Amino acid sequence: MKTSNTLWKDRLNGQLPPQMAEEIDTFETEIELRRQGKLDEVIFAETRLRRGAYGQRYDNGQRYDGHETRTLAYAADKNTKGVNTVWDAPGMLRIKIPYGGINPKQLEVMAELAEEYSDGIAHVTTRQDFQLHFIHIDDTPTIMRRLAAVDITTREACGNSVRNITGCPYAGVCPDEKFDITPYAQALMQFLLGHPDAQNFGRKVKPTFSGCGQHACGLTAMHDLGYTAQTRMVDGKEQRGFCFVVGGGLGAVPFQAKVFDEFLPMEEMLPMAQAIARVFGRHGEKKNRSRARLKFLVKQWGIDKFKQEVLAERAKLPHDPRWTEFLSSIDSDIEKPLKPPSDLPALNGNEKINRWLKTNVRPQRQPGYSTVTVALPLGDLTADQLRSLADILRTFTTGTMRTTVEQNFVIRWISNADLPEVFEALSAVGLGEAGACNILDIVACPGTDTCKLGISSSRGLAAQLRKKLHEKCFELDEVIQNLHVKVSGCFNSCGQHHVADIGFYGVNRTVNGYQVPHFQVVLGGQWENNAGSYGMPIIAIASKRIPDALDRITDHYLRLREENESFQSFVKRIGKATIRQQLHDLTQNAPAYEQDPTFYTDWYDPREYSTGDIGKGECAGEVVTAYQFAMTDAERMVFEAQIHLEENKAQKAGSEAYASMLKAAKAIVQMRYDDVSNDAEEIVEEFRERYYDTKLIFDPYAGGKFANYFFAAHDKAEQPYTEESARHTIEEAQLFIEAIHACYNRMRQEGLSQT
Amino acid sequence: MELQHVNVKMFVDGPMNVDAERFIEIFHAWIKDHALDGLLIDVADYRHVPAGPGVMLIGLEGDYNMDHTGERWGLRYNRKAALDGTNEDRFRQAVNAAAKACHLLEETLASEGPLTFSRQEFELCINDRAIAPNTSETLSACQPDIESFLSNLLGHHDFTIDHNPDPRSLFRFSIKSAKLFDLKKLASDLTQ
Ligand code: SF4
Repeated sequence: MKTSNTLWKDRLNGQLPPQMAEEIDTFETEIELRRQGKLDEVIFAETRLRRGAYGQRYDNGQRYDGHETRTLAYAADKNTKGVNTVWDAPGMLRIKIPYGGINPKQLEVMAELAEEYSDGIAHVTTRQDFQLHFIHIDDTPTIMRRLAAVDITTREACGNSVRNITGCPYAGVCPDEKFDITPYAQALMQFLLGHPDAQNFGRKVKPTFSGCGQHACGLTAMHDLGYTAQTRMVDGKEQRGFCFVVGGGLGAVPFQAKVFDEFLPMEEMLPMAQAIARVFGRHGEKKNRSRARLKFLVKQWGIDKFKQEVLAERAKLPHDPRWTEFLSSIDSDIEKPLKPPSDLPALNGNEKINRWLKTNVRPQRQPGYSTVTVALPLGDLTADQLRSLADILRTFTTGTMRTTVEQNFVIRWISNADLPEVFEALSAVGLGEAGACNILDIVACPGTDTCKLGISSSRGLAAQLRKKLHEKCFELDEVIQNLHVKVSGCFNSCGQHHVADIGFYGVNRTVNGYQVPHFQVVLGGQWENNAGSYGMPIIAIASKRIPDALDRITDHYLRLREENESFQSFVKRIGKATIRQQLHDLTQNAPAYEQDPTFYTDWYDPREYSTGDIGKGECAGEVVTAYQFAMTDAERMVFEAQIHLEENKAQKAGSEAYASMLKAAKAIVQMRYDDVSNDAEEIVEEFRERYYDTKLIFDPYAGGKFANYFFAAHDKAEQPYTEESARHTIEEAQLFIEAIHACYNRMRQEGLSQT
Repeated sequence: MELQHVNVKMFVDGPMNVDAERFIEIFHAWIKDHALDGLLIDVADYRHVPAGPGVMLIGLEGDYNMDHTGERWGLRYNRKAALDGTNEDRFRQAVNAAAKACHLLEETLASEGPLTFSRQEFELCINDRAIAPNTSETLSACQPDIESFLSNLLGHHDFTIDHNPDPRSLFRFSIKSAKLFDLKKLASDLTQ
């Protein structure tokens, strides 16, 4: 799209690391081959994903305009960059920032790229990456060259590869850490990037590093590979290593990682990762994407067998000097301060800065220095702000900053006396907002704004909640201020709703014959202790009523909490049933369309919410009532299963969750076959024949994944449930019920249902 | 020097009287109604970013946005696709596209804001650092084309060009005309 692409290629010739230059040249050739039809679109799609070039909403050339789905008139040559992905349609470029470390020069380049190729905005993701949106595929090699010139790669930012390695933004300066994880994260990144043993996965692998076990920074429990710093004394000498966990992950069905080794010596960090990559590449699921993450292999084998296989593989690995080479220089590259340590001067009654000092500034382990968190609304910032940050870094530090998984920045090594000046400098460019990491600092995935899988507008909801909270945030009780709110546009959990105090994920429902964006309210997750536990959905509420729901939940907590009771403990004590009851009326009495059409739209999107031209429903009363009644029952049952689980009744919980799936399946079978009995076998067979074999239940992206959860639950129905299997059955039942709702909505749109 | 990717910002005259949320609605309607030239794709809401791009209408050939960069509201058009012709032709196309959008906004919001755009001042920029690095050399090389374009556009020579010399910035300059220009005319007959 840019005419200057060849200029950049010439200008940067010889200035890039040779390997990166060669890889980008190769990608450029692949683009040309695809354009000429000489490279298969499926292969090209995976190629570009592994280079970080991702699809965006509407890139299939279709867009619903509020009345009908229309074709976007892209070029007539109909070239594609993947199945059903139009060549000229804007896409997203994900840029890897290992452990979030970024310097002023890199910030300036990011600013230039955001301005020249994107929409002027750089977006920080929940994996410490950057994303640029609305990028033309033809411009991507130039962007990659400009990034490579400042040592940044997009390689393996997407696709079935080892993704960005995340890490504590406070590494090296945190009072609680065992040691600085930075050089280890860097070593693992360099070792695995493009490693031949890490190219054969069925799905992505996400590693992370944490300096301690008690805080949330690394979120090790929700990663495929999680490394938490540990030390031990051997013969009077301190030895460094990691508590190494594997097989965690969020996504549709979240898994807590399992301990692989309580103390993995650092000499073993790289070879063990390599052995795991080999085992996962060889034995991990390849065909069924929904079962292809490492967590499923760990679950299927159990941690003991998994460990046995990995250790056997480790024993066979030919020695690689890189495994330990990095250790000789491990402490040589430690960040240094620019200024001497100092004390914070007295600040007389300046409320704004005092508030900011309280919420955004933390003392470092090194006396006289602090870290400063720069809160980015929804993870976004402008090119001008990026340049100003580069200036601030150069003025006050030796020049590195970290992105965070909460979509913020952490500036380190600020000498305390400089804090007022830093505050002024940040405020001058709109980056001095207080409230970092509190209830105002809401994390949201891209959702329906740009993500192809988005169901509801996560960013729209987050923006609305921010707007509402902004007015009163600092008047709220401190326990409310300290809550974490996270929003995902769908069940895939990119907004990490499972580990929020209060999480939301997008679903849709039919109300009065119209589709209405909803969010499932997820409670009970734990951000601390490295994402110590996951929340579960309790009720789906229309998007426009979520702000009221949040108010109710927080009011309830404030009124009824016991002294020093955390939100998570409160939810446990009060019980989800009570909270659900408190919110129940928000699911009732939806306004008629004529009375309030905005109820039927999403936040800050005036289009009637839908993916097709539904129009007003022509309800045949009886049948709709029967279907809705049964589905309400199914939802109730899956909720009750959660309560059983909370009461440590795993068997009852699992059975109830399975029964809820049967209920939902029967509800939709009955729409085509009234006489289906209550016999489980019959329901499964009828469902399979009418909805699975016909692909009616298939999700446009996930295919038959959710129906397969049902079949699997049926096959295992006679087996005893453990706490873990019951939990998974509940999660899967929830998703299966959502799939039935979605199927019902699709059938209505396509006129396959009379109801 | 061949200039491409011209970017124009027409400033709002006086205070902004319209809640920026309204532009979301208008831009969605423009997509539906094919209200502007070229393929219009989507709306992006960046109102939460201070001094940012505000509300954007993403297009294939060019983007439009109700922009708040520099804490000054204005309608920005950013030409993304390359264009044949002369530099003057490319300046003209971008100004024309921006003026059309401004005119349409003024009409749409006549009874609400009202919203009016300046008839004396606008900003031009080349959104490409390889083509036009922000240097005095670029300014010297482009000045004849810029002046010729502006005198043809405005119908007089009574204007000033103020170049922003920040080396990190895009090649950008603001134009102030001593006489009022006719926005409707800029929106209609520039190609003649
Ligand atoms: S959670 Fe869903 S909507 Fe959000 S980015 Fe992930 S896939 Fe997209």
